[in-house]
Amino acid sequence: MTYFPEEVVEHIFDFLSSHRDHNAVSTVCKAWYRVERLSRRSVFVGNCYAVRPERVVARFPGVRSLSVKGKPHFADFNLVPDDWGGFALPWIEAFARGSPGLEELRLKRMVVSDECLELLARFFPNFKVLVLISCEGFSTDGLAAIATHCRVLRELDLQENEVEDRGPRWLSCFPDSCTSLVSLNFACLKGEVNAGALERLVARCPNIRTLRLNCAVSVDSLSKILACAPHLVDLGTGSFTIDHPAEAYHRLINNFTKYKSLKSLSGFWDASPRCLPAVYPICGNLTGLNLSYAPAIQGADLIKLIRLCLKLQRLWVLDCIGDKGLAVVASTCKELQELRVFPSDVCGAGTAAVTEEGLVAISSGCPKLNSLLYFCHQMTNAALVTVAKNCPYFTRFRLCILDPGKPDPVTNQPLDEGFGAIVQSCKDLRRLSLSGLLTDQVFLYIGMYAERLEMLSIAFAGDSDKGMVYVLNGCKNLRKLEIRDSPFGDAALLEDVGKYETMRSLWMSSCYVTLKGCKTLAAKMPRLNVEVINERDESNEMEENPSDLRIVEKMYVYRTVAGPRNDAPDFVWML
Amino acid sequence: MEEDFRKGEGRPQLLDLIPNERDWMVKDVGGGGKCFGVSEEKKLELRLGLPGGEDWPAVKEKREEHSIQSALSLGHYSKVSKTICTNPSPVGAKRGFLDTVESKTEVFQQQQPGFLQLQAKGKELSQKTNGRAEQQSLEKKACGSPAAHGSAAAPCGDGAGANNSSQTRTAPTPVVGWPPIRSFRRNLASISKPSLESQNGGPETAVKFENGRKGLFVKINMDGIPIGRKVDLKAYDSYEKLSLAVGELFQGLLAAQRDPLTAGTQKNAEQKQAITGLLDGSGEYTLVYEDDEGDRMLVGDVPWDMFVSTAKRLRVLKSSELSASSLGAVSRKRTAT
Repeated sequence: MTYFPEEVVEHIFDFLSSHRDHNAVSTVCKAWYRVERLSRRSVFVGNCYAVRPERVVARFPGVRSLSVKGKPHFADFNLVPDDWGGFALPWIEAFARGSPGLEELRLKRMVVSDECLELLARFFPNFKVLVLISCEGFSTDGLAAIATHCRVLRELDLQENEVEDRGPRWLSCFPDSCTSLVSLNFACLKGEVNAGALERLVARCPNIRTLRLNCAVSVDSLSKILACAPHLVDLGTGSFTIDHPAEAYHRLINNFTKYKSLKSLSGFWDASPRCLPAVYPICGNLTGLNLSYAPAIQGADLIKLIRLCLKLQRLWVLDCIGDKGLAVVASTCKELQELRVFPSDVCGAGTAAVTEEGLVAISSGCPKLNSLLYFCHQMTNAALVTVAKNCPYFTRFRLCILDPGKPDPVTNQPLDEGFGAIVQSCKDLRRLSLSGLLTDQVFLYIGMYAERLEMLSIAFAGDSDKGMVYVLNGCKNLRKLEIRDSPFGDAALLEDVGKYETMRSLWMSSCYVTLKGCKTLAAKMPRLNVEVINERDESNEMEENPSDLRIVEKMYVYRTVAGPRNDAPDFVWML
Repeated sequence: MEEDFRKGEGRPQLLDLIPNERDWMVKDVGGGGKCFGVSEEKKLELRLGLPGGEDWPAVKEKREEHSIQSALSLGHYSKVSKTICTNPSPVGAKRGFLDTVESKTEVFQQQQPGFLQLQAKGKELSQKTNGRAEQQSLEKKACGSPAAHGSAAAPCGDGAGANNSSQTRTAPTPVVGWPPIRSFRRNLASISKPSLESQNGGPETAVKFENGRKGLFVKINMDGIPIGRKVDLKAYDSYEKLSLAVGELFQGLLAAQRDPLTAGTQKNAEQKQAITGLLDGSGEYTLVYEDDEGDRMLVGDVPWDMFVSTAKRLRVLKSSELSASSLGAVSRKRTAT
């Protein structure tokens, strides 16, 4: 192979699609490393602190697409203090200096400032795609900069970000010459938008295929938009309530009947059941449906809608769909691959909305199911065993029983056997989240069977260090391990320190790990960053009792070639 | 919090807060583990047995037994409690066992009359000196109540909450970051309740889509109710909404005190008297707050944003008890406007 001219090798590498394959070939020999790095067009950095941005720029001068992830996953649930880090600016600055040909940037859980967005807008003339997921730190002014200066912008996709609203001006900043938009998603914005500017923008972008509006866009506006964007494939509605004149509503129905290409529907902010019939005409074509922002749509209305969605592959709903509604999904949506059932009533008890019965029904009706996120009030081992038998193709299985540590209500046993059945049956399982009452046994099963497991989330589970050790020893492909409120301590942490260099990261909070354990780990493994996160209200305690035997509240460990980071706030100790 | 417990002294109504049966028993669950609900104080000190049927903190007790660093585990529990509390009193890393038990009891107690709308984030740990007896008796009751005789399944003392025997209204434990959903979904869930109730006929109440930032939780207490709650001021954008939420929050508690046996079911929602007129002095109760200067003020006097940034805690007082002295500053303001 080394006798092939480099152009041929490069040509072959072009066929490689996954990052892993690219990474793998670059380690074969120096020649391949050289060819690969010059030909690499897309780089994925799973942890922004694992490598310095300058190094990425230096190694891959031809990069067109960059993806970077920042905060640990548990930041989504407020377990990571706000100023922890994950700043996008160093990345954008480094690329602005060294690789301004960047065309696509995807950031997840990072702090993105308006300054970042302005840099992107001004220093990257070919910038085409911006995707921000669960980010924060910017405002609509930053979006205005992007709209104004990115001449060839194709995608502006904002998913679940916290964006400061500074008015609707940003949307009007897209110049009349901007006709290149293919995808626009501003569903997470809270503020008003200029309806006229939006309608004109959509009208002049003939290639627009994805459009997700926020709750400020009225039904009337939606009708007009639909009228001038007949080829939409993915639509997120704006506000969907009945507070609108009837003609707007009828216009909407008419427009929907003409829609042949629509495959995915979401939004439905404050949706009222009475508006639902408007979408009946297109349900038959839908492959994706997200009703998880519409708590008012329940029971019979929901079922009526679902019965029309024969081709559905992806469904996100609230648990008010009930077991009965899930049974309807099971009998209707034979192509279902992904299901997410979110809790609608987090605080109260009320009647149990979905239970193990709903899940069992789904599993028997939808054998293609491979991705699940299910919030419920109870689960039984028997149900999990049945689900495991019915659906052996799970790649993502996340079960959240709302009571921490709740056992099987029928047998009062822990759910070890149920989850054990899942990992045993689903050989391709890559992601697993556990809940309910669990002992060390479940970890034994996971270590034994979950060979492909890459990400594991543990909460309120296990009895002793053995549990964690089973997982570390057994799961060869483990990349991310996040644990909270479980009795694992230093012995488990230090059992196999080398393991953490094979993983992206480890998070442990409210466990039994002590400062001494963390320091030991840090000392043994220089290529790991061991961060101890102390919340402010504990700082008094730190002075009173700084002993190493203190239990550490939050610890985040990750492999890195960048050394300790220099942007850590005071409450983060880099050991 | 302590003052609330003192208030509870000598008031039998305190125990009436527990909606269900009083005569929970020691339930032999699973592998012989005994649940918390035993009358003697001493039993609280028992390390409980096997898992299966034990409530969540009890399970942790069991794990504690197996843990290598048992001394440190106590320190751990103080940490666990700390994560539950947003405003903890400064306690040392190592606390006595009973202290940690009590901190968990607070968690139990809080769930008792579950509250629908607001994600009460947790309570202050009280310094356990005085209220101990009440606390522990409450705790035992709390443990016992959700035990359903009917459904053999429900574990005794399922303190962590939502259970199948639909009678009780125990709320899930307000643990930080649990359940694992993002803030904007959490707010969606809590805000959706009032709009659902107004569904039947009539125009929708516009549900404001709140993308939750870090919430601003302040304590709120009501006269006559020993257990305080917390409300997230950032979840509202007007006094009306806050007043509605507060009204709903305490409605249930009041009803539970009056008639504990029927208070639990949701069907009684309509029968409960709505708490209205909190802002204008017209109702039985009035909403007041304490600002950052320590003054007691009437809620509604200052612009909403100023209120949110200066309010430190809220109180729901009986309107008849609003004395001129305690609201001195306020009455002046009222006449001014």
